[in-house]
Amino acid sequence: MFCSRGFLSENSFQRAAPRPEGLSDNDMDLKEWFANRKKKQEQAEVKQPLTTEEYCALWTQCFQCRELLYTKDLRENLHVCPKCLYHFRVGAEQRVEQLTDPGSFEEIDANLRSSDPLGFVDSEPYPKRLRDAERKSGLVEALLSGTATMEENPVALGIMDFGHFGGSMGSVVGEKVARLIEHAEEKRLPLILFSSSGGARMQEGILSLMQLAKTSSALKSFHDAGLLYISVLTEPTYGGVTASFAMLGDIIIAEPGARVGFAGRRVIEQTIRQKLPADFQTAEYLLSHGQVDMVVERTKLRETLVQLIEFHTKQNKPKSGSSQQTEPVIPGRAG
Amino acid sequence: MVDQKITPLEFEKPLALLAQQIELLEKQIGEGAHPELENDLDRLNQQYDQLKRSLYSNLRGIDHLALARHPQRPYTRDYLGRWDSAWIEMHGDRKGVDDPAMVTGLLRMGDHKVVVCGTQKGRTIHEKKNCNFGMPQPEGYRKALRLFQHAEKFQLPIINLIDTPGAYPGLAAEEHNQAEAIAVNLRELSGLTVPVISVITGEGGSGGALAIGVANRILMLEHSVYSVISPEGCASILWRSADKVAEACTAMKMTAREIKQLGVADEVVTEPLGGAHHDADFAAEKLREALVRHLNELTKMSPKELRKDRQNKFRRLGAFVES
Ligand SMILES: [Zn+2]
Repeated sequence: MFCSRGFLSENSFQRAAPRPEGLSDNDMDLKEWFANRKKKQEQAEVKQPLTTEEYCALWTQCFQCRELLYTKDLRENLHVCPKCLYHFRVGAEQRVEQLTDPGSFEEIDANLRSSDPLGFVDSEPYPKRLRDAERKSGLVEALLSGTATMEENPVALGIMDFGHFGGSMGSVVGEKVARLIEHAEEKRLPLILFSSSGGARMQEGILSLMQLAKTSSALKSFHDAGLLYISVLTEPTYGGVTASFAMLGDIIIAEPGARVGFAGRRVIEQTIRQKLPADFQTAEYLLSHGQVDMVVERTKLRETLVQLIEFHTKQNKPKSGSSQQTEPVIPGRAG
Repeated sequence: MVDQKITPLEFEKPLALLAQQIELLEKQIGEGAHPELENDLDRLNQQYDQLKRSLYSNLRGIDHLALARHPQRPYTRDYLGRWDSAWIEMHGDRKGVDDPAMVTGLLRMGDHKVVVCGTQKGRTIHEKKNCNFGMPQPEGYRKALRLFQHAEKFQLPIINLIDTPGAYPGLAAEEHNQAEAIAVNLRELSGLTVPVISVITGEGGSGGALAIGVANRILMLEHSVYSVISPEGCASILWRSADKVAEACTAMKMTAREIKQLGVADEVVTEPLGGAHHDADFAAEKLREALVRHLNELTKMSPKELRKDRQNKFRRLGAFVES
């Protein structure tokens, strides 16, 4: 679970000094007062000693509005703050849970592992960084891919996880994306890719760069086959991933507040020596600059995706005895 | 003999020093003052040749980088003019902009008529500014795409010359969707049915280079470099230090020979000793010969084969373990 950094202010642990409630000092036996105080302290201690981890597990503070949220409620709300609609980052496995029909997800290409083609060492060797990333994220790579159904619509689904190696794209991510696209083309499935990435993985050098070409090239055949590809941009998507499959969707959706771009904000500010607008590279900024079709809240994402898939894949049969139509998809911000 | 007009790089300083001594000696001998110095001159000249050969055969990554960025290195227009003085320049993305950092045109090369696209760095201060130091805007990539489509329509081979630090990290570039411009080029280049050859002539900087780099054949000039991120960027992110550029160059394996070993480049094209800027005519001719050879091969392939060949080339790239 997420634990927002630095929100455990000292104040949240401070409680009022133990006081004998309901009794005034005057009409109380001193002995009783001490006994009472001891008891109160013990009671307080039973409740009090939450370790940071336990506290974090129970409570999460919203990054944006600073509201303390009960983690269980937050999870039920798909990790969207109910108060300010801040979208917390979610892992690939959680996404699968949020989006697909229960039990329908079948992972493919789970057996691909990164190697170390350059023998890359900076302050640490790349293989060690890989092991650390795996231990920290519980994932072997930054992309989870497979097939599933969404409201009984079969789909090919790939989800990047920023929690693993900053969602960076090396050979394995590129290969898994390419294979997923090829699988979707072969089975004539709609393709949905969730992006969340810091860019190409430097430790695999030029081979990482080549994954941009590999994935985009796979999408060319998919595109020519007349199949649907929906790209979902999530916080954050940058660099090589943006400059390849993320920007090639027939339909591009962004989650509210997600930051998406090619070059990072800091690099641009250093280059042009001027301050950028506060909302620069946010989903909403992208929408107003014509770069995405719509910004969709996570709580509406599943139904939007299903609507779009059914719109593009189902035969347009008039429903017997009823003029009822599925709701049209309204471009722009849904929800 | 050394061309004194060429600015020596840091690692070339010992060589430049020796050249100065030789010149001094030559002057003295020329004045007829000390005929006995002739022997010394021969010795120094020998030393010079030896030093030069050993210097350029033991270059580190960062030395190649310095050569690739040499301010006197031939740029795209220098090659095009030498290959075909009557080449026809084409302008504009047809959507409002003509990006001078992306040069496009039509050119004859041997028996071949080709479409050329290339990034252009500027020589003078004014040119450099105008060309944005070789960093195209999204409109530049879209201009190239227009020429790719032109080539496809008229079934003309494409030659792309790459020498760019990368795409420009600017406000307008992001607002005009740089990432999309690059991504679309990657996708569309992969689907073309004409021969595509890309050459890294200097710097191959990341996505901004790849945007015209999805080709049937990738050639690299001997001292050119190709990397996923600039070595400066890599050093600052992974080493958190601007002083570690040399380490980043070595770690990323970005020299022409290394990129070929990794299976990305197909051929390393020899440069004149010391780099292409020592003899631009020779460099241009060597590259022209290589290009014609590849064009001769590729034009024998059918449109379908060409597309498949290009897609297969990139489909295979990558290193992973499958358990
Ligand atoms: Zn909130």
